Amino acid sequence: MSDHRINTHPILEISERENVDFRWNGVEIQALQGDTIASALYAQGIKVFGYYPRDHTPQGLFCANNQCSQCLVMANDRPVKACMEMVKAGMQVRSLDDLPELGNFNGKLEIIPSETVQIPVLIIGGGPAGLSAAIELGELDIHTLLVDDKQCLGGKLILQTHRFFGSTELVYAGKRGVEIAEILAEKVKSFSSVEVWLNSPAIAVYSDHKVGILKDGNQYIQVVPETLLIAAGAREKFASFPGNTLPGVMGAGAFQTLMNRDLVKPGQRVFIMGGGNVGLITGYHAIQAGIQVVGLCEALPECTGYRVHRDKLARLGVPIYPSHIVKQVGGESSVESIMIAEVDQDFHELAGTDKTFRCDSLLVAVGLSPVNEFQLKAEKYGMKVFSAGDTSEIAEASAAILSGKSVAQQIACALGMAREDKPDLQGMIEILKSKPGKILQSNIFPIDRDVYPVIHCHQEIPCDPCAAVCPLGLIKIPRDDIRKVPVFDLEGQKCSACRRCIAACPGLAITLVDFRKDAKYPTVSVPIEIDTSDLLEGRGYLAVDERGQPLAEVRLIRRFSMKEFSGTTIIEIQSSREIANEITGVFLKEPLYRNETGLSCNQLKQENEYLCRCERVTKNAVKELIIQGCRDINEIKALTRAGMGACGGKTCSTLILQLFREIGIPEAEVIPHTIRPLVIETPIGILAGKSSRAENP
Amino acid sequence: MKRQPRNTADAIIIGAGSIGVPLAFHLAHRGLKTIVIDQETSIGQGSNKRAIGGIRATHCDPAKILLCQRSIAVFSTWEDLYGEDIEWYRGGYCFVAYRDEEAALIKHVVSEQRGYGLNIHWLDRSALLDCVPELNHEGLIGGSFSPDDGSASPLLAIHAFSRRAKQAGAQFALNESVTGITQYRNSVKGVITDRAVYEAPLVINCAGAWAAQVASLVGIDIPVKPDAHEAAVSEPVAHFLNPMIVDIQPSPGSSNFYFYQHATGQIFFCLTPDPNQWGYLTEETSGFLPMACSRLLKVMPRLSGLRVRRTWGGLYPMTPDGSPLVGWAESLEGFFLAAGMCGQGFMLGPGLAEMITRMVLGEMTGEDKKIAGQFSPFRKFASEEKLK
Repeated sequence: MSDHRINTHPILEISERENVDFRWNGVEIQALQGDTIASALYAQGIKVFGYYPRDHTPQGLFCANNQCSQCLVMANDRPVKACMEMVKAGMQVRSLDDLPELGNFNGKLEIIPSETVQIPVLIIGGGPAGLSAAIELGELDIHTLLVDDKQCLGGKLILQTHRFFGSTELVYAGKRGVEIAEILAEKVKSFSSVEVWLNSPAIAVYSDHKVGILKDGNQYIQVVPETLLIAAGAREKFASFPGNTLPGVMGAGAFQTLMNRDLVKPGQRVFIMGGGNVGLITGYHAIQAGIQVVGLCEALPECTGYRVHRDKLARLGVPIYPSHIVKQVGGESSVESIMIAEVDQDFHELAGTDKTFRCDSLLVAVGLSPVNEFQLKAEKYGMKVFSAGDTSEIAEASAAILSGKSVAQQIACALGMAREDKPDLQGMIEILKSKPGKILQSNIFPIDRDVYPVIHCHQEIPCDPCAAVCPLGLIKIPRDDIRKVPVFDLEGQKCSACRRCIAACPGLAITLVDFRKDAKYPTVSVPIEIDTSDLLEGRGYLAVDERGQPLAEVRLIRRFSMKEFSGTTIIEIQSSREIANEITGVFLKEPLYRNETGLSCNQLKQENEYLCRCERVTKNAVKELIIQGCRDINEIKALTRAGMGACGGKTCSTLILQLFREIGIPEAEVIPHTIRPLVIETPIGILAGKSSRAENP
Repeated sequence: MKRQPRNTADAIIIGAGSIGVPLAFHLAHRGLKTIVIDQETSIGQGSNKRAIGGIRATHCDPAKILLCQRSIAVFSTWEDLYGEDIEWYRGGYCFVAYRDEEAALIKHVVSEQRGYGLNIHWLDRSALLDCVPELNHEGLIGGSFSPDDGSASPLLAIHAFSRRAKQAGAQFALNESVTGITQYRNSVKGVITDRAVYEAPLVINCAGAWAAQVASLVGIDIPVKPDAHEAAVSEPVAHFLNPMIVDIQPSPGSSNFYFYQHATGQIFFCLTPDPNQWGYLTEETSGFLPMACSRLLKVMPRLSGLRVRRTWGGLYPMTPDGSPLVGWAESLEGFFLAAGMCGQGFMLGPGLAEMITRMVLGEMTGEDKKIAGQFSPFRKFASEEKLK
């Protein structure tokens, strides 16, 4: 078994799968049942899937989501996207170094006109917002069709192994993303009025109010919805730096897909660009998957994600570089190293601050933009369209869940089927959407007690599981504003040391200090969510404070987990009285993720910096046009082909806008790129209505 | 208003599209101070960028034949002359017949076109399959093949013309809408836009689908109205198809259907809606892709697995007889019409631009006079062209 597979995971279940043999460029390779071609190749450490036809630069997996065609390979003489095509036994797969040959057609042509379906509500997207809207509509017995492009419901929730923030009562806070996905999906399935089409991407919203759906990936159906809800989520922004198209550079979505869905390590040593929640969380997931996180850089002076997420990563020994940008990525045919540099407040690089690391992948997490093209078209065509979740505003999944419910009520209203006792959710939605607040003064620890929790949570974020799980109600967060930091208030009662708050806290920011056995050397209970199988009871480990700074060596007494909080291990350590309140974690391994300084910058092979990766359009080519006076992105497209590729400008349009800003052109002067269908490339045969029987050779 | 020198020109072209831009190139080269005005922020944003790029001289109308032969000469030599790739590819055109009706019509047209000296042949089934092996064999009777026709990128070509036009001194006033045309004693005096006032003794209406509105500013009524067509493009594959394939067998919802493989390896396809879709709506409709894709598969089943990447709509500025309106306005001196290209503006553009240049400079050849007679804006509209 190759070491690129994830064989143990603290949260995700690893089930036995049958072997499937296929050939890659003539060489037999073992894959597992359920692998895509891309995951099977990554499981062998193969990252270069081919070379770009025009400039012969290496290419491979990028979006892992059917959006681009960087992962194109030939499978049984048909060009396929490796991220979508499942491996089959005996399949002959080869890399593409040029344009693919047109696939062969065997079988008899049989054209069946495409079906049209009428429905009161069509929901595009089965993530947190779409599912929760479907549940609300199901409860109202409104006939609803929900379509999603993935094989299972849950959207990005199914890739989230961490416990979620938010309201315990309303949005399942304290449960893991994977668990929430299951809860919502089960509820949706319980309503007979809600139909779900999986593996069925929406490809276009047409001016005659029809929505084209690729049902089960092989049948084209046009849906005529009375009301349309777009809950298609968000897509990641990309970044521009030299080497940005090298295989091994990918977004968090692709990284999480390989790692948490396919159980394949995208790399052994990853560097992370971006200190927002997505970058921080994915770094944490990577450590759970057994991948080394070499470092994380953030251009701003502080990580913008939740403080507790940042601290979780720091406590696992990940060096965090605020005020640092990625200067370039180097490597012959895939990522081998990365160089970062410090910047001032205006993002100007400071000379002599280069730092170089050896890594095999770079995870880019520099923000999200809404997937709103369906919504824009539907609005333009005068359809009754609604949006929920990230499509309407980028925020946490918790906010998406509630916004789906709220929008479903609006849809019911529009259909004249509203609930009478409609609860007002708007206030809570606003709270859940709120950005992380300032860091407050540390809480005062009640050290006069003999056993008490220490709450290392000093930032106003919408979250309440600690208060919700305390059986004695000693941890208090105002119900009307769950952003407030929790307060531990004994009110004459005694903490029962149940440690439920420790296990439930999504930020792993609560510990328990217990002086009852030993007044001098208290035991401290600390939660961890990574593989603890090689921990030795009785051995000494380095205790760290909240921010990941070393405190002192402490002795591990025991470890245990609580049934209700699976995946979380509580370890008990014994420490000195002085540092007991400060201990928030221990380095379970030697912090091997330290900066390697041995590399010099000339060991990095400078690659081109591309704005449009589908058509390999360099930043310089676009810059030249802008300097010449071009202000119309459509003209840039006409001249350079930027945006004409498979992804249709989804990746490059934000980068081109960013370049305009960099040059100092106000956005108001820029004519944006025209959005056109199809959202996903679709075979001619399927659009024609060819029967699927004739499809597979 | 104080006159600014930059606003005075010898010629004003309204419309920076498939006709206006090559025309600016020629007029500027002949030393005319030329200003091109367009309502869009950049050139070619009207119908030019929506054209799929086919270029043929094999028409049934001698005027179009002559102009397109010139255009082909320009497109095919551009890279050699100027070093700029406009993705010209001489792949030919092929009209296919799967029924006797179409076979008879195509054969008739081929003999007529051969009479005009065009390089076109009728190929029977096996000869045609040698030429285009990917065609659906079933029921194929034969078809025409004209190897000298081809294709290019409208986007790259218009920018190539514009670069040369600018080098020769032409100016572009973009993001300006024409609001009026000024006159003095029955002669054109200039153009007013929402941003500026321009003066020139010559104003040329190259406004494509918007040409009738421009003409109406001076009270001239021209029979040009837009018909909305849709098109699509696939992902690229290795080169396998040379000619543009045209299927003229009517099908429910559409008359002609055509597709070709562009120099980039992508398949472009387009159909003529039946009935016409009059108006300015270029938004994608749900009927197009199923209709076009099933027509595509009937002619070339092997395209079944090829993925469609993008689809869009565009306008064909139609005239009653399918031929352009080119010539001086009778009622207003200095106002020239170059409108109603009926979806053939891209292929007519370079040839027509040369001819218009000679017309405005008073250098018409005998051939020009014949063409101008045929394209007279004030002709009687009688018959439709046999093969559009």
